[in-house]
Amino acid sequence: MAPAIKLVGIDKSFGAVHANKDINLNVSAGSVHGIIGENGAGKSTLMSILYGFYKADAGDIFVNGEKLNIHASQDAIDAGIGMVHQHFMLVDTFSVLENIILGAEGGALLRKGVDKAREELNRLEREYELEVDIDALIGDLPVGLQQRVEILKALYRGAQILVLDEPTGVLTPQEADHLFRILNALKDQGKTIILITHKLREIMAITDAVSVMRQGEMVAHRETAKTSTEELAELMVGRKVLLRVEKGEASPAHAVLEVENLTATDKSGVVRVKGVSFNVRAGEIVGIAGVSGNGQSDLLAALSGITKVTGGKILINGKPFVGGPPQGAADVRHMGLAHVPEDRQRMGLVIPFEAWECSILGYHNEDECCRGPVIDRPKVIQESLRKMEAFDVRPQDPNLVTGNFSGGNQQKIVLAREIDRDPDILLVGQPTRGVDIGAIEFIHKRLIEMRDAGKAVLLVSVELDEIMSLSDRILVMFDGHIVGEIPASEANERILGLMMAGINPDDDEEAA
Amino acid sequence: MEDFTLFVLVLDATLRVSTPLILAALAGLVSERSGVIDIGLEGKMLGAAFAAAAVAAITGSAWIALAAGIGVSVLLALIHGFACITHAGNHIVSGMAINIFVSGLTIVLGAKWFSQGGSTPQLPHEGRFMPLEWPGAEAVADVPVIGPLYSELLSGHNLIVYVAFLAVPFIYWMLFKTRFGLRLRAVGENPQAVDTAGISVFFLRYRAVIICGILCGIAGTYLSTAMGASFVRDMTAGKGYIALAAMIFGKWKPLPTMLACLLFGFLEAVAIRVQGAELPIVGQIPVQFIEALPYVLTVVLLAGFIGKAIPPKADGVPYIKEH
Repeated sequence: MAPAIKLVGIDKSFGAVHANKDINLNVSAGSVHGIIGENGAGKSTLMSILYGFYKADAGDIFVNGEKLNIHASQDAIDAGIGMVHQHFMLVDTFSVLENIILGAEGGALLRKGVDKAREELNRLEREYELEVDIDALIGDLPVGLQQRVEILKALYRGAQILVLDEPTGVLTPQEADHLFRILNALKDQGKTIILITHKLREIMAITDAVSVMRQGEMVAHRETAKTSTEELAELMVGRKVLLRVEKGEASPAHAVLEVENLTATDKSGVVRVKGVSFNVRAGEIVGIAGVSGNGQSDLLAALSGITKVTGGKILINGKPFVGGPPQGAADVRHMGLAHVPEDRQRMGLVIPFEAWECSILGYHNEDECCRGPVIDRPKVIQESLRKMEAFDVRPQDPNLVTGNFSGGNQQKIVLAREIDRDPDILLVGQPTRGVDIGAIEFIHKRLIEMRDAGKAVLLVSVELDEIMSLSDRILVMFDGHIVGEIPASEANERILGLMMAGINPDDDEEAA
Repeated sequence: MEDFTLFVLVLDATLRVSTPLILAALAGLVSERSGVIDIGLEGKMLGAAFAAAAVAAITGSAWIALAAGIGVSVLLALIHGFACITHAGNHIVSGMAINIFVSGLTIVLGAKWFSQGGSTPQLPHEGRFMPLEWPGAEAVADVPVIGPLYSELLSGHNLIVYVAFLAVPFIYWMLFKTRFGLRLRAVGENPQAVDTAGISVFFLRYRAVIICGILCGIAGTYLSTAMGASFVRDMTAGKGYIALAAMIFGKWKPLPTMLACLLFGFLEAVAIRVQGAELPIVGQIPVQFIEALPYVLTVVLLAGFIGKAIPPKADGVPYIKEH
């Protein structure tokens, strides 16, 4: 049988960036095929070419043995290729039904097509465990359900080959398991699935074969059964990597960050943090797990002085802190708390600034950066160079515009700035989001070093692996509350996943 | 009875004054629903008003005048589209440029062609859209209540007034009941979703700005050949902006937008009535104050009396596709 997808010699450059170099790929029909690689390895570009979003500079695409000229998404759809994008291609103000029929309405007037679509969708939902209220507005649905809508959309268009781009990034472990069940059901029906991910665990759990990309090249093809996470990680990075974080026992001392019954709101005034209490002691890492959007971001914003707290108490090194104007992010820094924000591009850096400028953001009024009212440019640049060396930022060029660094190196610039001030407390949000494996290893090591130097670290992350491997204690946030605390040694994905969904794991055991 | 007749007359004037607002507001609505902000409604109307009056003055045909008005307006809409859609330009800048450009050009061309200080000559009856008498209007005119309502309010308007009010349900139907409407609304909210569904974002938006041009063309033609009988420099007098305000006030929905236009139209009609009249307590109100009222109300309403008006998410955001 001809392979469902065969790519021959695909080549694509964006200006000076060579995103895909002479890529060859065979995906057998009826299989789940993983494509793994670090951020920027060219996976998404390759799939965008397959889906007609970009045009390849060279190379051929064969679908079911037939050579295909894909000029636009419509050509790919006609060839039976469906795509579930990492950032969903949905219209928030439309109903599920309207989103699904968009582009396949079945006539100039909507009414007839809508009736037919209803019937067809009911069938698809039953067949593949894809239940979703088709009259609900997309904007009201949680991301897990939005993703189902994307899958339904592809199936409704008769997709035989389904491409999923980083599908589990926004899901709880349980939701991810449900997704995998759906994918298996689809495979049993003879559909071909291409799964793009950077998570090794997913590749091992669900794929039949895997292709590894590195720096725009396809470096290896393996049968999943005949490979291991270690081998894949090495192929992805190009050198041996330590997947496990090595750390010794924590020896926590006194509490340096104390939070009592804290409430906080988001920008539009909705209460997001609903009375949380916890403390972080010197010499430990406390991880906050949770599906994104359950109040973690707002907790970080309140603790770091960006927003005013609406109730409760924060004690930093024993001193009370209210947050918000007139006390703000600058004051909290003076009290010994540093903050590595979740969204480095929007909150941590000014992307069009040069690296040396970003290396003092938030500290630019300090005496050591200035000579009178003027910034002491040579000194700051020299300091910036020193920090870049210490944190292995590449390229080591303080005059380079921040946007031209890779995600991992941007994150290192932020970390260097915050850690270099030797704070007592470090708040870190999503430290490795969009960061490649090599840099993850480095960042994790630095956080452990902070802990071992007797600092308190509060880590917020949606990556459970990261939470479990770094933290000494884990708090789980759900709907603005801390719903559970558990020592890292006793945590596993199932327990945390249930807590993240707001279910008490003990109850679940009884029910089972 | 006299009060009632007066009231009907004010309502009658309201319909006439609201007509260009409704057409222009619907034009803006279609454009913005597709993601193209159109602050150039004013310029398109003005251009159409001039073209229609000029052509009517030369040919003496209202229909050819209408075609000319629509043609000029669509051309301006396409320029706006070319700047904003094809070249991802700033929608506000492009719209303002069109407004300023048309305001100057109409005066220059008018002065050159007709030598009347930028105005066109008075149009003959054939060159205008004249009131249409409904059957039996004359006969029932004297019947109490129903008489004035039928003969004054419903009957006796020119064709474009009826077109404007029929355009409201038509645009509603087009936006919410047709495939084209679904795609148009989608492209204003999330153009990428439309692109990945295999539909051309550019073509959809171009069609939207063309519809916008047609509606503005009709509105402009109405000003110079139906409501008035010649082109006068800057005769739109901010109607394009009021229409834009009505559209926001109506939250980008056809029926509420029409109601907003009627409210603005009603205020203008009242303003015309009370000019020079002695009112109890306040006495005679200065004309300037009355004339400013609709504009003041626009500001007040937009400043916060309408609740949250949420525009289409991709309104004003150019769609840039990499290759």
